[in-house]
Amino acid sequence: MTATAGLGSTSADNLTVSWERVAAEVAAGGRLADLFATARGDRILITAQVAARGGMMTIDVLLPPGQHSYPALTPLVRAAFWYEREIHDLFGIVPAGHPRLEPLVLPASGGELPRPGDPRQPAAIWPDPAALPLHVIGPGMFTIPHGPVRSGVVESIEYLVETPGEDIPHLNMRPFYKHRGIEKRFERMHPGDGVLLAERTEGIASVAHAIAYCQALEAIAGTDVPWPAALVRVLHAELERLACHLDVIVRLADGAGLAVATARFGWHKERVLRLTGQLCGSRFGRGVVVPGGVTFPPLLAPARILAAVSELDRQLSPDIRLLLGSASFLDRLRRTGPLPADRAAEHGALGPVGRASASTDDARVARAYGAYSSLGLTVSSRRDGDALARLEVRVDEIESTVHLLRQVADELGEAEPGQLRADCPAADGRALAWAEAPQGEVLYDVCINEGRITRCRSRSASFHNLVLMHEVFAGDILTDFPFIEASFGLSVAGVAG
Amino acid sequence: MWALRGLRHGVLTTRWPARPDEYAAATRGPATVFAPSADGADLARLCPVGAISPDPLRIDKGACILCGRCVAARPDVVGWSAGPAQAAITRTGLVVPAQETEQSLAAVSAGLRARTTALRRSVHLRHVDAGSDGSEEWEILALLNPVYDIHRLGLFFTASPRHADVLLVTGAGGHGMAGPLRETYDAMPHPKVVIAVGTDAVGGGIVSPSYATSGGVGDIVPVDVWLPGSPPSPFAILSALLLALGRLPDALPSPVSGEQR
Repeated sequence: MTATAGLGSTSADNLTVSWERVAAEVAAGGRLADLFATARGDRILITAQVAARGGMMTIDVLLPPGQHSYPALTPLVRAAFWYEREIHDLFGIVPAGHPRLEPLVLPASGGELPRPGDPRQPAAIWPDPAALPLHVIGPGMFTIPHGPVRSGVVESIEYLVETPGEDIPHLNMRPFYKHRGIEKRFERMHPGDGVLLAERTEGIASVAHAIAYCQALEAIAGTDVPWPAALVRVLHAELERLACHLDVIVRLADGAGLAVATARFGWHKERVLRLTGQLCGSRFGRGVVVPGGVTFPPLLAPARILAAVSELDRQLSPDIRLLLGSASFLDRLRRTGPLPADRAAEHGALGPVGRASASTDDARVARAYGAYSSLGLTVSSRRDGDALARLEVRVDEIESTVHLLRQVADELGEAEPGQLRADCPAADGRALAWAEAPQGEVLYDVCINEGRITRCRSRSASFHNLVLMHEVFAGDILTDFPFIEASFGLSVAGVAG
Repeated sequence: MWALRGLRHGVLTTRWPARPDEYAAATRGPATVFAPSADGADLARLCPVGAISPDPLRIDKGACILCGRCVAARPDVVGWSAGPAQAAITRTGLVVPAQETEQSLAAVSAGLRARTTALRRSVHLRHVDAGSDGSEEWEILALLNPVYDIHRLGLFFTASPRHADVLLVTGAGGHGMAGPLRETYDAMPHPKVVIAVGTDAVGGGIVSPSYATSGGVGDIVPVDVWLPGSPPSPFAILSALLLALGRLPDALPSPVSGEQR
């Protein structure tokens, strides 16, 4: 559950050495999982999380006092591309040698910056549109701005489609519109309150965020979660996965104009949300996961959970089979938005996006946590990397999730009724923890000092994966856009922070 | 094939509001006060968002994020509000127990009614996300699934604000969205109605105060209907829409009062 500090923490002034270590681990089959900064007095701590050798390595480097620049990691490890832009936005420090250092989550031109980790809370910061560059390159090229207010009920983000007509040679993304300053908001909170904010960091993956956050606190305090509580966590996390994957199918079917399929899968999704609501009162599984365990047992008996899951499966399976036999639908997905396997591996693409491009990484198996260590689960993977492969991975996961839910209901029926929440004192310390959200791995690096949160780094799979949208439009045209966006299945809230 | 599949389970659509709906009645809303005379000091300390004021005991449902701590601690004093009627036409109307006069409410209600009677049975909705966590969009979008199917009520989503009569705003009012939200509002023809959907939109929720949010959307556009919930359920959103349009069977919620913000 906790980080295995394979390389340990370094404090070398020579950052280059650390970056070469990161690059070497990535080249040897690891991946850059996170890169962020923390204000420590007049110095900046830069932290890289590298997933390698079956665990996570934390590499910390403290910049010398007053230093406002450091050698960028991006030229060595491309996956750092957005992370270093985010660091620049929040701290104003410059990753020297970064290929395209433009605003990402907070376009500002001078003035106070959020500086997560700094005990001072900044006054209101307003994004400055003048800080944004305009890109129109090449003969006959023009930019189609799409958003932030787009058609349909969707989250706000601006896509700048740079096109000569139909092709999409380049796409620029601006998620900053809905930046909420979440990481700064965690600071000074009581750790027990922080889980409520974690649930709202990426609202469609509330349970996964809550689990990752709570596991970090439990690692700091040395708390073991009681077995029945660990099962209840899996129950809600898997229902959340089901709802998110069904949501992706609804969007894909809607994009293809399959009215009946859209309605059918919308109905299935609604029933998953209702089942979640019946279990805990919240259709998004909120208020269940707390540090040390869960708040209360499911409000339905295990036998009724099992019956509900079986009924859902019975009605869902034929619809999925029919969908995967609808040629006109599959034609829209096949070879659409392809992410080559080597690029996915180099970037460390997470979740279904990664697994559709030959990755076999799933935190529930590769770095098993909670009750997943004791439950049976196989990881699904495809090689084609297109929108269809991403759909197929999700379909496989719907099946394995139903299987997991059955196991959990069985286990809950047999589990001794007992305590659901172990004592989890607000101990001082720092820990890293993760959970596999429907979108992919969620990472929380939490630091507690004197009983308060002093830094909470929350890295969603959406943030890590969305940057790959830059690269999947080879040969695709404007009308493929909705399919590609839906097949990524990400949440802008998780990207903008 | 799909056509046959569509017929397989008959009509799934709720008859609400014309007929009662079991699920609608059980919908959970923010915490409310059962025993107003109880001492609220302990409950106020429990609340992570300061929605509870202790003396006299009051809960601001517009601030409540439904974490359930107060309900678990004192189920004899506070409990969940149930049913779809969660919205109010004044911000202060979300504070329970209510202590305001019916006259002032009637004035607000009449002002709203004057704008919405012209809309009749074909109403177009536009949604803008002003910094939500993403869950409110799911619940708004659910209104189009066959269970809620709001087309049956003459309610339609539109892509263009030029066609929109009602603006549904979600999120805590992210600074980056203030401009686009205001532009969308300005682009709508008169008469227009604004609904703040969710606790974040009503009062900022737990994500505020923040350097990047406004603590609700009321500072950016004038809000007519305030709907709390984290997120509010589809039935609560539908109820808020019908409240805005004066089409709820008993049009007025429990008495609310006070000056409109």
